[in-house]
Amino acid sequence: MPIQKGMEVSIAVSEAVKLANVDVISAYPITPQTHIVEHLSELVADGELKAAFIPVESEHSALSAAVGAAAVGARAYTATSSQGLALMHEIMFVASSMRIPLVMTVVNRALSAPINIWNDLSDIMAQRDCGWVQLFAINGQEAVDLTLQAFKIAEDPRVLLPVAVNLDGFVLSHVIEPIELPDQEAVDRFLPVFKPTLRLDPDQPVSMGAFGSPEVFIEVKKQVEEALIGSQKVAAEVWKDFGDIFGRTYKPVESYKAKGAEILLVTMGSITETAMTAVDSMREKGRKVGLIHIRLWRPFPFKEFFQAIREAKCLAVVDRALVPGGVGGPVGLEIKSALFEKKERPYVAEFVAGLGGRDLTVEVFAEMAAKAERYAKTQKEMRYEMIGVREK
Amino acid sequence: MAKIDALHPWKEVPLGCAILEAGNSRQFKTGDWRSKIRPVTDQEKCIKCGMCWIFCPDMAYNQRADGFYDWNSYYCKGCGICARECPKEAIQMIAEEE
Amino acid sequence: MITEDLKDFKRFTPKTLPKEEPLVSGHRACQGCGEVLALRMVAKAIGSPMIAVSATGCMEIISSPYPQTAWAVPWIHVAFENAAAVASGVEAGLKTLMAKGRIPEKKIAVVAFAGDGGTADIGLQSLSGAMERGHDFLYVCLDNEAYMNTGIQRSSATPFGAMTTTSPAGKITAGQTTWKKNLPAIMAAHDVPYVATASPAYYLDLMNKAKKAAMIKGPAYLHVYSPCPTGWRHGTDLAIEVSRLVVETNIFPLFEVIEGKYVVRKNNKPKPVEEYLKQQRRFSHLTPELIQTIQTRVDAEYARLLKMEGMTESTPTKTETKEE
Repeated sequence: MPIQKGMEVSIAVSEAVKLANVDVISAYPITPQTHIVEHLSELVADGELKAAFIPVESEHSALSAAVGAAAVGARAYTATSSQGLALMHEIMFVASSMRIPLVMTVVNRALSAPINIWNDLSDIMAQRDCGWVQLFAINGQEAVDLTLQAFKIAEDPRVLLPVAVNLDGFVLSHVIEPIELPDQEAVDRFLPVFKPTLRLDPDQPVSMGAFGSPEVFIEVKKQVEEALIGSQKVAAEVWKDFGDIFGRTYKPVESYKAKGAEILLVTMGSITETAMTAVDSMREKGRKVGLIHIRLWRPFPFKEFFQAIREAKCLAVVDRALVPGGVGGPVGLEIKSALFEKKERPYVAEFVAGLGGRDLTVEVFAEMAAKAERYAKTQKEMRYEMIGVREK
Repeated sequence: MAKIDALHPWKEVPLGCAILEAGNSRQFKTGDWRSKIRPVTDQEKCIKCGMCWIFCPDMAYNQRADGFYDWNSYYCKGCGICARECPKEAIQMIAEEE
Repeated sequence: MITEDLKDFKRFTPKTLPKEEPLVSGHRACQGCGEVLALRMVAKAIGSPMIAVSATGCMEIISSPYPQTAWAVPWIHVAFENAAAVASGVEAGLKTLMAKGRIPEKKIAVVAFAGDGGTADIGLQSLSGAMERGHDFLYVCLDNEAYMNTGIQRSSATPFGAMTTTSPAGKITAGQTTWKKNLPAIMAAHDVPYVATASPAYYLDLMNKAKKAAMIKGPAYLHVYSPCPTGWRHGTDLAIEVSRLVVETNIFPLFEVIEGKYVVRKNNKPKPVEEYLKQQRRFSHLTPELIQTIQTRVDAEYARLLKMEGMTESTPTKTETKEE
């Protein structure tokens, strides 16, 4: 039986990648992703992981090489952060539309400028529309579990799309947490060897990445969209399997003390655990505050989201990225648009906070909840509010 | 751009716009691109050296059992490289209707 | 090392040229395209089993308009600047899958194709990376000396004086104002086992080099001169003629760099560059002075190449070091 051990989350993620028995890892170092790929290169160098480690010369090539490897039927993996993810942008779209199943860990970090190595979600939010399945871990155990699940979701013949597993830079990636690493035997049962639907094989030659004229382009995009939407059902099956084998359950949207809550904080990623602490203390003071966090960001789980917020009068959405010149942050934007179809909908207070590593403490969450409650009472007209900006 | 004959519904487009039938461009007639002229080989002069074959960008020449080369009107775009490179001047570019 | 890799190498002769065409008819290249001809020769020389990786560009567009492909071997295109990176992944993937027994163990040639823009400009970084990492693959630059697919814009491989849509012959400057980037030298500086230049007019030389390059373990680079009648504005029947003259004038000398040793195909009685330039309208604006400038440069470059050959003659190759 596996036991919980204290380990750095980055190391645990690379151990999960090893457990997934990847064939090819291509990576370029960028803070704060480095510990993951360093450890993977050690595992390969020691022969503990039988895989090719390609130390590429850029993130653009990291993803390109992973695409090439997956195209011949290898289980491929890469990891990056921030500027590196931005450099991959072009190939992000190509990978999904070519239906390349691969897994990437995104250790979330702010995008320049000013150059900043600390955490927010501006890197992945700039990749929102790239057609990838996008998952968010709130702690180290989730980062490990989602990594294993990601391969199974990506490689399912009904999906065949790349999957990004997001974890917050430093505040999650570099902390030591108690983590249970599953047994290899159990992982092998959960995640069998990758059987590609289509691969570059001299005995059965196909052409991949063909030129698509207006007569076919939209059909290809429809296919990708349907596969992405359909991946939620597959994810649900994968989570069921995972729960049966490993005993930990996962859902696209999770609730915390949401029952009877009039105000719901809406979070993603590792800030969730701090927000939970804030919810606890607010609850102790008798305030009807709860929380939901979105684990599956793409495809967006509309049904589960509506279900999770059905009792709330007010949502306090905490966005860690900005849509400049728009209505606020990407999560707030998504939620407001989703709610537009509902006649009965909660008031949405949208906060942009924690950019570039600005600390989000229990007090900040309490402040946002209190503001949301106040704004909801007066139905204050607001696009969004940026939290913690010094005015003087 | 070639028109796509089979306008498949989206569910039938191969995964990721892949093309599953290797070398199926053979169906595509590039011979229509010729403008007014085509090559013709004088077999009296031909020494079967194969220059027309190896220098053809469209693979429009094929060797027969007797060693001579057949010209393929279906693919020839009429560039004239074969006529220019034939060491025996056995190939002439002539008006299409001749 | 190379001698070991090439122990089964047999030179092609006119009689032994393979009939197999990995790239088949029905592709959409322009009339008289020298690039597709060069591509065909390389592909033919290597044959199956091979996996072709293509950069975005003319050859990608003309060979893969869905639902038709001119490729009879497995082929993949991902983007413009990353053919070498994709090929790295393909090679690493094959190697690992073979080592794990998931696919049968056999030599599959991994060949990346890109134009001069995809090689000398936007793809130079990924190419350099793949070469330095030592992947077992062949990278082929099909050099038609400008961005032809987008409408004849200059690249760093466009020769001095050539007129393109972004290096026009204006009142002040006359076409490309810079000298062609020396890609083969850059590749040779990566200390890869094999670098060569080739021209389709010398088809046996080209095909033998391609075959060699594919057989050698480790990275190999083949720079193939690829006339573009559309962009260079010459007759559709002139691709071979032009690719012969470019060698005869020493503008594009044929050579190999085998484990660091330069081996040059000698041409001590070169034709004047003017003979080459006058056939192409991209050079039609050049004054006698500019033609002389080009002649001087070509003579100097050729002399330098011979010097490189002399200097590297006694370079102990890895093979020799081993034998000693």
